Amino acid sequence: MIEIGLGHYLALGAVIFSLGTLGIFLNRKNVIVILMSVELILLAVNINLVSFSIFLQDITGQIFTMLILTVAAAEAAIGLAIIVTYYRNKGSIRVEEIDSMKG
Amino acid sequence: MIAHALFFYFFSIIAIISAIFVIVSRNTVHAVFFLILDFISISCLFIMIGAEFLGMMMLIVYVGAVAVLFLFVVMLMNVTEQKLSWFRGSKKSGHIPIGLIVGSVILLELIVIVGGWKYRNTFAETKFLSFDPNFTNTHLIGNVLYTEYIHLFQISGIILLCSMVGAIVLTYRKREGAKKQKYFEQVSREREDSVKLIDAEFDKGVKIDD
Repeated sequence: MIEIGLGHYLALGAVIFSLGTLGIFLNRKNVIVILMSVELILLAVNINLVSFSIFLQDITGQIFTMLILTVAAAEAAIGLAIIVTYYRNKGSIRVEEIDSMKG
Repeated sequence: MIAHALFFYFFSIIAIISAIFVIVSRNTVHAVFFLILDFISISCLFIMIGAEFLGMMMLIVYVGAVAVLFLFVVMLMNVTEQKLSWFRGSKKSGHIPIGLIVGSVILLELIVIVGGWKYRNTFAETKFLSFDPNFTNTHLIGNVLYTEYIHLFQISGIILLCSMVGAIVLTYRKREGAKKQKYFEQVSREREDSVKLIDAEFDKGVKIDD
């Protein structure tokens, strides 16, 4: 309990990953919250990479964390651009009403 | 060691609680606030275990850029007017129990895999790069980022360029009333197009608009 090891960080990453996945499923409101859940998932991946990098004494994990950081920023920008365009065309971004592809 | 444990539990409990609030809060703006709190506590954790550069990077990129971008978009979309229709689902959705089941199963799997990791085979000791404690974290990253991982660095640059082009293409629209510069027309304007000589008659004044 007192001795904080790699397992504690991995558990934290697992909890945040699960919360992000849960957020995607639970969400009936708007699409922006789904994007935020995806950000949470990427954050959990970052936690795993950084903690492995620290506990295994290898800097490579932190380099790849920077790549994930870049991808997360790009994904947020593209996703929000799509949401803005959709809102401009349809006037609503509720998850229930986005059904034009009959998914 | 006790201090480390205390800090870890403090930050991680805040991170988990704010992650829960991100996915349950009714107001999207509040969700963005909790997302910011989550990012900050995780970056504090990173700084605490010795990945200082990445912790600061997370603060700059996530809190400074991504979360503010989220806030801008949420506030652009006039949440206040449509609040009632947005944040209460009109019909009962059957997705909630399924989502709960899937989320808890994923968490269970991630817990079980720890046991699998514990009784794993002994892999060969793989150390690609030295992790010299005499250097700072930023120094170590800088040593490898521009030498070993230069292609990864450039690929992330290309990803950012693509996303920038994509975002501009998606949100750009031509507007009618907007005035733009037309270089060719402006440069190739002749004297006859715009200047007219008028013979002003003496003592009668000049009529300009006719």
